[in-house]
Amino acid sequence: MIDVQQITKRYGQHTAIDHVTFSVAKGEVLAFLGPNGAGKTTTMRILTCFLPATEGRATVAGYDCFEQPLEVKRRIGYLPETPPVYQELTVDEYLRFVGRLRGLTGAMLTSAMSRVIERLGLGSVQHRLIGNLSRGYRQRVGLAQALIHDPPILILDEPTVGLDPKQIIEIRELIKSLAGSHSVILSTHILPEATAVCQRVVIINGGRIVAEDTPDRLSTRLRHSEKVALTLTRAPVDAESRLRQVDGVLHVHANGPAGHFLLESHLGKDIREDIARLAVTSNWGLVELKLISMTLEDVFLKLTRHEEGVSQDSDPTSNPAITTSTDKKDTPS
Amino acid sequence: MTPVNTLVAKELRSYFVSPVVYVVGGVFLLIVGLLAYIYIVFTGAQAIQLMQVQGQAQINLNDLVFRNLFSSIRFILLIVLPILTMRLFAEEKKLRTFELLMTSPIGLNEIVAGKFMSVFLLFLGLLGLTGLIPLTLALFSDFDWYPVLTGYLGLVLLGALFLSVGVLASALTENQIVAAFVSFGLLLFLWLLTGVGSLLGDTPTGQVISYLSFMEHYDHLVRGLIDTRDLVYFGSAVILMLFLTHRVVDSTRWK
Repeated sequence: MIDVQQITKRYGQHTAIDHVTFSVAKGEVLAFLGPNGAGKTTTMRILTCFLPATEGRATVAGYDCFEQPLEVKRRIGYLPETPPVYQELTVDEYLRFVGRLRGLTGAMLTSAMSRVIERLGLGSVQHRLIGNLSRGYRQRVGLAQALIHDPPILILDEPTVGLDPKQIIEIRELIKSLAGSHSVILSTHILPEATAVCQRVVIINGGRIVAEDTPDRLSTRLRHSEKVALTLTRAPVDAESRLRQVDGVLHVHANGPAGHFLLESHLGKDIREDIARLAVTSNWGLVELKLISMTLEDVFLKLTRHEEGVSQDSDPTSNPAITTSTDKKDTPS
Repeated sequence: MTPVNTLVAKELRSYFVSPVVYVVGGVFLLIVGLLAYIYIVFTGAQAIQLMQVQGQAQINLNDLVFRNLFSSIRFILLIVLPILTMRLFAEEKKLRTFELLMTSPIGLNEIVAGKFMSVFLLFLGLLGLTGLIPLTLALFSDFDWYPVLTGYLGLVLLGALFLSVGVLASALTENQIVAAFVSFGLLLFLWLLTGVGSLLGDTPTGQVISYLSFMEHYDHLVRGLIDTRDLVYFGSAVILMLFLTHRVVDSTRWK
C-alpha cells in the first residue's frame, strides 16, 4: 500500500532524511521509532503530500505522492504531531467540516460522524468547543478527524501523546482493531507502544533507517549474551567467584544492593538450573532467578546511541536483515 | 457542498465566534455613521446659510455628502480590512491546522478562493449595513442614485483589492500582527503611487505609475463613471494578488 524508495529531504544544508526506503503491506501496522528530530515527522509529511521530497519516490495506494496528490490525500487519514483542531468550533462542527472536506455528504456524513464519535468516546463532549477540551480529548478529536472518511491508510504521528494510561490502552486497541483492513504507520518514541500494536518496527536515527524487523526478532538479533538476575538473602563473601565457576557463566556483576547479582552466559545457553542447584545446596537463600530478555528499549538505545561496534559485537551468525549504518560518527545523537 | 463552500462556511463561522469581527465591524459602522452625520449636518448648515442669503438653496447631496463620504471610507477600509484578513493563513500556520487543509483532498486554488470568498462576503455584509445611510437620506431628500450606486461598486472593488492584498500578506507569515502591518504597508504604498505619478506628470512613466495606484480608478467610479479600464484594473489586481498567494503558499512547502 505504501512504497517509499530512496526518499531524501534536505532543508538547505540540513539533511532531514537520507535515502529512506521501506514499504507497508495492506493491513499491516508499522511503527516508526526514533529519537526526536530523527526524521519521523518529515517522512510522514512527505507521505501525506504536505512536503515534497528532494529526491526519491513515494507511492501510496499506487498513486505517486508528487504527481497525484489529490488521489493520495483521498486515501489517507493523517494525524499530525499537533492535533489540527480549530479551537473556536465545537467537536460536532469540526467533524462535520472535516467530513465535508473529504467529500462526505448527507446521510453518509451523519453516520460517519456518529461512528467516530462513538469509537473515540467523544459523545459527552460533542457539543463543546474544542478550545475548552483537555489535551487528551483534543488528541482524540484529532484521531476522529483522521478516521472520519474511513481511509485505507492511516498515518499517525505520535497518536497517544497527551493521553492518560487508560486512554492509551483504548487507542492502542483501536489501532489494533484497524489492522487487517487498514494499513497504518505510526510514529512513537514510546517503545512498549511499538511492541504492543505493531507487526513491524522501523528504527530511524539521524535521518537514516538503522533497523527494520519485527519487535521480537529485533531484540533477539541484537542480543549477544543471555542475562540472568539472581537474588540471594544469605550471599557469602565469595559468592561471586563461586558463581563464576559454574559451567557457562561468562561474567558475574554485583547488581544493586547486597545479594543481587547479574550473570551473563553464552547465547543459547541456559544456566539457571545449575545456578539454582548451587544456591540451594549451599543454602544461600535463593529468592529470585530470572532470565532478562533484551527489551526493545535496549535495542533502540543501542541503535541510536553513539556506540562503536554494535554490529561487530553482535553474533556474526545473526542479523542479515539488520542494516546498521556504518558511518554513525557523522550523525548527531 | 463543494469544498470551496465548505471552507467559506467554516471561515464565516470562525469569524462570527471571534470578537474581532464584532469589534472591527462595530467600529467601522460607527465611524462611517459618524462621518455621514457630520457631512449631512454640515451640508444642512450650509443650506440654512444659503437660505438666509439667497432666500432659496439648491444643495447637491451627491457632491457634498456622498463624494466626501466615499473618499473618507477609503481610509477606514485601509485600516479595517487588514485586521479582517490577517488571520486567514497566519493563524492556521501558527496553530498547525494548516496541515489539515493541505492534506485534505482539496486543491490549493480552492483553499485560496475559499479564504478570499469568506472575508469578501463578510465585507459585503458590513458594506451592506452602511446602505442604511443613503436609504435614510432618500426618505428626506432628493439625490441622484446613479453615482451613489457606482460609488458602492467602487467600494466593492476597492474592498476586493484590499482584501486580496491582505490575504497575500497573511500567507507570507505566521504572525497575525506582521500580516496586518504588511498589508497595511502594501496598501499605503499603492496609495502613494498616485503621488509619485503626479510628480512625474504626463510622461509615460508617470501615467503607468498613476495607473498602478487604485486612486484614480476608484475616483472615476465615485464620480459616476464606469470605465472598462478601471474594472480591468481591479479585476486583474485581485487575480494577481490571489495568484501570488497561491505561489507563496505552495513555495513554503519547498523550503
